[in-house]
Amino acid sequence: MSAITAPAVRGMGGSGWTQFRGRLNSARLHLFVPLTLYLLFTIVPFYWMVVFAFRPTTSNHPYPWPITLANFKEVWNVLGFGTFFENSMLVGVGVLIGLNVICAMAGYALARFKFAGRSALILILLCTQFVPGVMLLIPLFVIFRHLGLIDNLFALIIADIVFQLPLTSLLMSGFIRNVPVELEEAAMVDGCSRVRAFLSVTLPLLRPAFVAIGSFAFIGSWNNFLFALMFMSSQNHFTLPVGLDYTIGEFSVNFGALAAGGLIAAVPVVVIFAFVQKYLVQGLTFGAVKG
Amino acid sequence: MGVTQTMLEAEQRVSLRAGAREPARRRRKRKGWVPYVMLSPLVVLIAAFVAYPVGSVVYYSFQNYNIVEPFLNGFAGWSNYSTMLRHDPLFWSSLLFTGKWVVTEVVLQLILGMILALIMNEAFRWRGFTRAAVFAPWAVSGVLTTTIWLLLYDPQAGIVNYLSNIGLAPRGFAILADTHTVFWGAVLAELWRGVPFFAIIILADLQSIPRELIEAANCDGANAWTRFRWVILPHLRDAVILSTLLRCVWEFNNVDLLFTLTNGGPGTETTTLPLYVARQAIDNHNFGYGAALTMAGFAILFVFSMIYLKLSKFGASTGYRT
Repeated sequence: MSAITAPAVRGMGGSGWTQFRGRLNSARLHLFVPLTLYLLFTIVPFYWMVVFAFRPTTSNHPYPWPITLANFKEVWNVLGFGTFFENSMLVGVGVLIGLNVICAMAGYALARFKFAGRSALILILLCTQFVPGVMLLIPLFVIFRHLGLIDNLFALIIADIVFQLPLTSLLMSGFIRNVPVELEEAAMVDGCSRVRAFLSVTLPLLRPAFVAIGSFAFIGSWNNFLFALMFMSSQNHFTLPVGLDYTIGEFSVNFGALAAGGLIAAVPVVVIFAFVQKYLVQGLTFGAVKG
Repeated sequence: MGVTQTMLEAEQRVSLRAGAREPARRRRKRKGWVPYVMLSPLVVLIAAFVAYPVGSVVYYSFQNYNIVEPFLNGFAGWSNYSTMLRHDPLFWSSLLFTGKWVVTEVVLQLILGMILALIMNEAFRWRGFTRAAVFAPWAVSGVLTTTIWLLLYDPQAGIVNYLSNIGLAPRGFAILADTHTVFWGAVLAELWRGVPFFAIIILADLQSIPRELIEAANCDGANAWTRFRWVILPHLRDAVILSTLLRCVWEFNNVDLLFTLTNGGPGTETTTLPLYVARQAIDNHNFGYGAALTMAGFAILFVFSMIYLKLSKFGASTGYRT
């Protein structure tokens, strides 16, 4: 950092000390010292997991060398993380598609129509934010048992969609309101039906909304632990968080396998997050951050 | 409601960014069945999987209901509640621990998140990368957080071992097995995942502060502290109040981390009320008693939210917003 401004400071031709102080100021220590400390706090735990995942179980160097993939082979094939990964993917993609379709429909109705009960509905949707998933664990279990969906991945897809639906619908209606209704009207004047106008004019403009909402839906369902623990009973229906919990319980000594499993669970969400985190800061905040 | 306000604000921000377009206020006035059809999937799902379960929790709390021991099932009157209030020390101790946990977490997350957001709001090189790196733990699940921190805390293989090599910690010290350190061990792990929440929300709000306000404050000779205290903080007020409330509710209800990291232990040292509910549901299958505990949780959250919004005078502030 200081390299950019250093010539200017030197140009002022001060003594060694002022030059040093000038450099310190230009490096803005009050920003970078806390930021570096915090970065260490964030990154060291990730690094530690990578070290464990890639080094042989016999080694205890604080760096992953000699490098080995044995841990990954073990968790993927022996401990069943291949299946867990597949289940998590299925649920995540199911939630992503289902949620986007339902919340696009609901968002469109909320944004473009006046109807009786509209404000009551919005109020109810907001109130659901105070109803936590853990507290509904028991009644939801009973419902899914009546529906015969216990130990079925559909139960997870439904539960994940339901708990993310209220705020994503409100967010989607906000996005749709920002697309001028005149565009649709123009298309309808040109002979489109209402549905066609929505599909070919409004829908393409909503791509960022779908990407953002879909990503957060995916991350949310990928991370959901309690529902999966409660509703899935056989090991070939476990998702990654349940698999990790299982590994913690059963193989607490084998840290290499645990770390490799953790890395498998972490990479997809961290990569997706890195791409969409700017949407978060642009004001999508509340619907997305709620856990 | 507060959330609406924030969301409206967010929308305004987005529409301003999209070129100061006027929001299309004219909604089509065609009344009829179309909007109801489009809303039906949403309404059916919410009714079946949120509204109905909330109602049935009330019903179960007055029942003996255990799916493993069905022969005892039936109407129980107030007995679940009287057991809970009079004969269950774990209910009261879990309640106390929940309070301690929520207050510690939310206060520390708010302070650190605020500092982090103020730093990330400055312009510097690599800001995009730094932001992604610093916020990344937000995307990570509670179980994964547990996995990572177990690796760090392990007395033999963990980073704790390196600390004891240089004399900072006693050898073979198990943070999570000691009643004196388990609280802070769990707090640190949850902070790692929780600070980005506040940082993200506050950063989003910081970026909506008009540049002229800061410049005007500078012209009037404000230093960094006065600028923060009298310009930035009032602007953040509503966002901070609301996100703090949401975070309290969330930390209250969040059980993934404690469930897997400490399992409420050692003993019952770190059992929160929702964790106790989850244990009743998952291990004991005692649904009736679990439902009574759930009702206690609802009641506490409701009363807390009302008092909090009243005391914080939410929304009653700041002339220049809206």
